[in-house]
Amino acid sequence: MEFNTNFILGCSAIGAGLAVIAGIGPGVGQGIAAGHAASAVGRNPGAKSDITSTMLLGQAVAETTGLYGLLIAILLLFVKPLV
Amino acid sequence: MGQGILLSSEGTAVDFMIHGVFSYELFGQTLWITTSHVCILLVMLIIIGFCLFANRAMKKATEVPTGFQNVVELIVEMLDGMIGGVMGKYAVNFRNYIGTIFIFILISNISGLLGLRPPTADYGVTFALGIITFVLIHFNKFKHQKVMGVLKGYCDPWPIWAPINLIGDLAVPVSLSLRLFANILSGTAIMALIYALLNKFAYVWPAALHVYFDLFSGAIQTYVFCMLTMTYISDACNTEAG
Repeated sequence: MEFNTNFILGCSAIGAGLAVIAGIGPGVGQGIAAGHAASAVGRNPGAKSDITSTMLLGQAVAETTGLYGLLIAILLLFVKPLV
Repeated sequence: MGQGILLSSEGTAVDFMIHGVFSYELFGQTLWITTSHVCILLVMLIIIGFCLFANRAMKKATEVPTGFQNVVELIVEMLDGMIGGVMGKYAVNFRNYIGTIFIFILISNISGLLGLRPPTADYGVTFALGIITFVLIHFNKFKHQKVMGVLKGYCDPWPIWAPINLIGDLAVPVSLSLRLFANILSGTAIMALIYALLNKFAYVWPAALHVYFDLFSGAIQTYVFCMLTMTYISDACNTEAG
């Protein structure tokens, strides 16, 4: 069965939109990390710089799964592997 | 062709892809010199120029630093402090490598401010960095833990876990390089979208976005890449944990 190019492009756009839903997970994860870092600074203000760098490192690692979703979306939209 | 070095802001064409500058034949394969190569060369020129100035400043260094010597000493002390804080007694051997990739990735990431397409938004560049880290990790693992230690590490906690540990090891360079690549690419893509689709209104205010996507995100990702590289390498050097 043959599909025309516009149909495939439209489906790719829908797929790209669905792929970036992956952003929910890292959002929640980074929020939890930031919240715990805030309470840690509240308990021990002296260790603020250590806490900040640990938090940023953890958040950047947690971000990876969201970025995989973004990568899929960008591939679908701009590289167009299915057309 | 050729004009693609700058992020094009003309018309409504969204353009943040890598462009070929010219091609050549090698063993029957057509290979391209792309804008990534040109941007890497420009980044290297910036770094080499800085190094020449720094070298001249340190040749006539004084006990009490003045002017440019201050800047150079500040950078070296910052890198030394960061590497020493994470790697401890193994820091001496890896200062050169970590310092080099830190400066290279940082200048690459913020080269978006100069109108270049950041070289780190090309998977070829970041994957090469990931491969170097992977080789360093395993070289140091075999050097410090010996073959028996490495085998024992793979059979931890039970021998049946070995394939999973192997996949975990192979995933390290992929995830390291994809993280850097996707972060910088997303910044580049968003800036290109803004310049292409809002080109009537994109005056002054995109500067704030440049500060976030190029400076902040670029600096954070540089820090994260170097931090993870250091953690993995000092983990590999640590004989007790294996």
